[in-house]
Amino acid sequence: MSAPLTASAATSAIAPGARPVTGFWRRALRHRSFVLGAVLSLIVLGAALLSLVWTPWSATDIDIASKLRPPSAAHWLGTDVLGRDIVSLLLVGARSTIMVGVIAVGIGLSFGVCLGLIAAARKGWTEELIMRMSDFTFAFPAVLSAIMLAAVAGPGMVTSITAIGIFQIPTFVRVTRGSANAIWAREFVLAARAAGKGSFRITIEHVLPNILSILIVQATIQFALAILAEAALSYLGLGTQPPQPSWGRMLNDAQTLLFQSPMLAVYPGAAIAIAVLGLNLLGDGLRDLLDPRLARER
Amino acid sequence: MSVFFLRRVLTLVATLFAASLIIFLVLDALPGNAAQMLMGADASPDAVRALTVKLGLDQPLTVRYLLWIKGMAVGDLGNSYVYGTPVAGLIAERLVLTIPLAIMSMLITVVLALAAGIYTAANHNKLGDVGVMSLTQVGIALPNFWFAILLILLFSVKLQLLSAGGFAGWDDGIWPGIRSLLLPAISLAVVQAAILARVTRSAVLEVLREDFVRTARAKGLGKREVLWRHVLRNAMIPVMTVMGLQFANLLAGTIVIENVFYLPGLGRLIFQSIANRDLIVVRNCVMLLAAMVVTVNFVVDMLYAFIDPRIKVSNL
Amino acid sequence: MSDAPLIEVKDLGVRLNTSRGPAQAVRGVNFALRRGETLGLVGESGCGKSVTALALMGLLPESAVISGSIRLDGAELIGLPDAAYCKLRGNRISMIFQEPMTALNPMHTIGHQVAEPLRRHTGVSAAEAQLEAIALLDRVGLPDAAKRVDAYPHQFSGGQRQRITVAMALACQPDVLIADEPTTALDVTIQGQILDLIAGLVEERGMSMILISHDLGVIAENVDRMMVMYGGTVVESGATDAVFARMGHPYTQGLFRARPRLGARKGTRLKTIAGTVPELADLPAGCTFADRCAIVEARCRAALPAVVDVGAAHGVRCIRTDVSMGAGGSSA
Repeated sequence: MSAPLTASAATSAIAPGARPVTGFWRRALRHRSFVLGAVLSLIVLGAALLSLVWTPWSATDIDIASKLRPPSAAHWLGTDVLGRDIVSLLLVGARSTIMVGVIAVGIGLSFGVCLGLIAAARKGWTEELIMRMSDFTFAFPAVLSAIMLAAVAGPGMVTSITAIGIFQIPTFVRVTRGSANAIWAREFVLAARAAGKGSFRITIEHVLPNILSILIVQATIQFALAILAEAALSYLGLGTQPPQPSWGRMLNDAQTLLFQSPMLAVYPGAAIAIAVLGLNLLGDGLRDLLDPRLARER
Repeated sequence: MSVFFLRRVLTLVATLFAASLIIFLVLDALPGNAAQMLMGADASPDAVRALTVKLGLDQPLTVRYLLWIKGMAVGDLGNSYVYGTPVAGLIAERLVLTIPLAIMSMLITVVLALAAGIYTAANHNKLGDVGVMSLTQVGIALPNFWFAILLILLFSVKLQLLSAGGFAGWDDGIWPGIRSLLLPAISLAVVQAAILARVTRSAVLEVLREDFVRTARAKGLGKREVLWRHVLRNAMIPVMTVMGLQFANLLAGTIVIENVFYLPGLGRLIFQSIANRDLIVVRNCVMLLAAMVVTVNFVVDMLYAFIDPRIKVSNL
Repeated sequence: MSDAPLIEVKDLGVRLNTSRGPAQAVRGVNFALRRGETLGLVGESGCGKSVTALALMGLLPESAVISGSIRLDGAELIGLPDAAYCKLRGNRISMIFQEPMTALNPMHTIGHQVAEPLRRHTGVSAAEAQLEAIALLDRVGLPDAAKRVDAYPHQFSGGQRQRITVAMALACQPDVLIADEPTTALDVTIQGQILDLIAGLVEERGMSMILISHDLGVIAENVDRMMVMYGGTVVESGATDAVFARMGHPYTQGLFRARPRLGARKGTRLKTIAGTVPELADLPAGCTFADRCAIVEARCRAALPAVVDVGAAHGVRCIRTDVSMGAGGSSA
């Protein structure tokens, strides 16, 4: 009853927050960017899963005789310079993209969340040290650290995943620490401390569950960034190595043929853009749906 | 102010040292011997040993690190393992391309982003806002090198207005050079601008909700006046933070984009040096890029103090 | 002092778009204010008093739908283009807000902010405006005004900042001052000083004032007439003395009883009003107070009660004044 008596309180007394959660899915299905993002992401995921059991042609078999074919009934989007079927390459490429993304985000998430939680729980010089380190890591974009790693360990999928994963860590540290600090300041944590619970138990029982939705949103968006970074590294030849198909690699191959077969450069890029757009929209939608207070002006 | 400044300078120097140490350890300590890598696995041990001594790689790690630091202080970065020419010269002739490219794309980014961000915030929830915001959503999803390829397809292959790659240099005046950097700069800028536009918009919207905006309106200022005189300066703080962070991405982006357009810049030098196993060039280039990123973020920190009167007192 | 009202509000209604759908934040508000007169608006948060003030300032969100009429010196303000309204705001009508900590722009000096309305409305030079700003800051009791004119808001305390906003509001000698909870955010010791300052300035300059507060004590001491608002409607209005002497509306009576008093016997519980303030988005039909009223009847819920005159210019929006103002029902 005693809400602050500002002029805006008159209008916001009737505004958000109070809405009872009447089924996550019912609200989700009405949320435009969530639905669009989910559909696009599912398409990419579906393509990757499909490639495990079926592709129209083999994605690795080389057939020079039928190279650079235009789209036809046999090859829906044509073939590349080595005669491989574009549709098959795209499907298998989705698989490598998702794999790199999942592992890289997994690395960033597990290390970043742990460090962030420790920083929020321990405060003092521990927090200072962790934050300085993460600021510092941030100065090395994924491409730069991948280049360093490739210079010493040679290019490859492991190199690119490691570089992208390391680059993901500081973002998760920041997000985790920021939201965990907010939870630590809440009354129920104070109550738990008064009840004699240690900081480890409070972190596991109170802090982590309360920041989970924020982490899910962040992971979705980081997934999109990981896909972009993987594509760039593969394009440079520092990521996924042939004959394993990848979207970035396909773009590199296509660039030498821009004047002959321009469409070859369009499909893989469009696939990357669809995957990234889908995940970004999904992340925005989840942010609105999971935590209305977090939802900034879209 | 001076305490604030001093602390920041110390942090800057410490960060640079940390960066140099990590770069040195990753590139020079982990992989065994650079000479072996240069000559390949089948080289005779004697030849490898001779090269090791010639390149000074037989000295202890700490000595080599200190020699490198000392070299950086006096501008002598050593000679390329592959070309045998001074690394400093190699880098300098590449920077002539990369620095103008970075500046051009940062300028395009800032102009596009501020225009779009302020326009959409001023027309919040109207048709123009929704349209421009959808565009930025797509823009963020574009891989910059793919966008570059699309630009080449359009302007070079279809319209044949601009060349698909290469750099004209600055010898024939400024325009041919700028012309050949135009498409690369745009393809770097568009994606960054999409992100920055969204940041600008939400920063402006956030400030528009502040009480002092209502106070300014109550004084009789029109919406436009309030936006320009009261809102923008407050909104610039988060925008500048993101701009500083974006600079790192922009430099990383030049590595990719220079390869798309076959531009002989710093990024391409790094890339070629990796292929050539020319670790001394890689080490110095990466250090230079890291130093640029750290320095730009230092300058952004300084600008905060310039923009926000509150920072001078509460030294961070 | 002429008899023609300076401000005349007739049947003011404001519809706001909220996330819960359109809400009638204010309806059927009528009052007139003569030059030099002071009016108090009292009620709980969300009762529509601040929305009424913002409607007078023309500062409601664009999506708000305003009906009725607001006249300043006979000229209609509703529907006035923003450019024309800007010429009135800060010039003829000024406003002081609740939160001095956030009402000032942290990026500009206080001198600049106080001089801004002068520069906007009077066309004086920057140097003249600066001198005038110093004089104003001096008048509102800011120590060392001449020296501190180039300081930034964060260098002042809450009370000092509220003095600065007062100086800002008075810069152009407005006809009407709207003070929206001007002391709510301040320490109790400072509250009195700021209210005295405002009252003194209103008296000195012959301004009219609309003082908004949730505190009956503040209203009783500072204004000639008062209006009690509840659920977007004015439930009782009249001369301050008359309303305090014979409270007609059950809500006014409840508000009075819920006020903490000095000298109350230790252990005496504060009387609260049962229930909570209704959501403006789904107000009940009929009397807005019906759900919390002790003497509610079926017919109270049928339609919004009309205003009943219970004394000279003392109106109560209640159909049961016979009971509420009868024996035992009054002020207590």
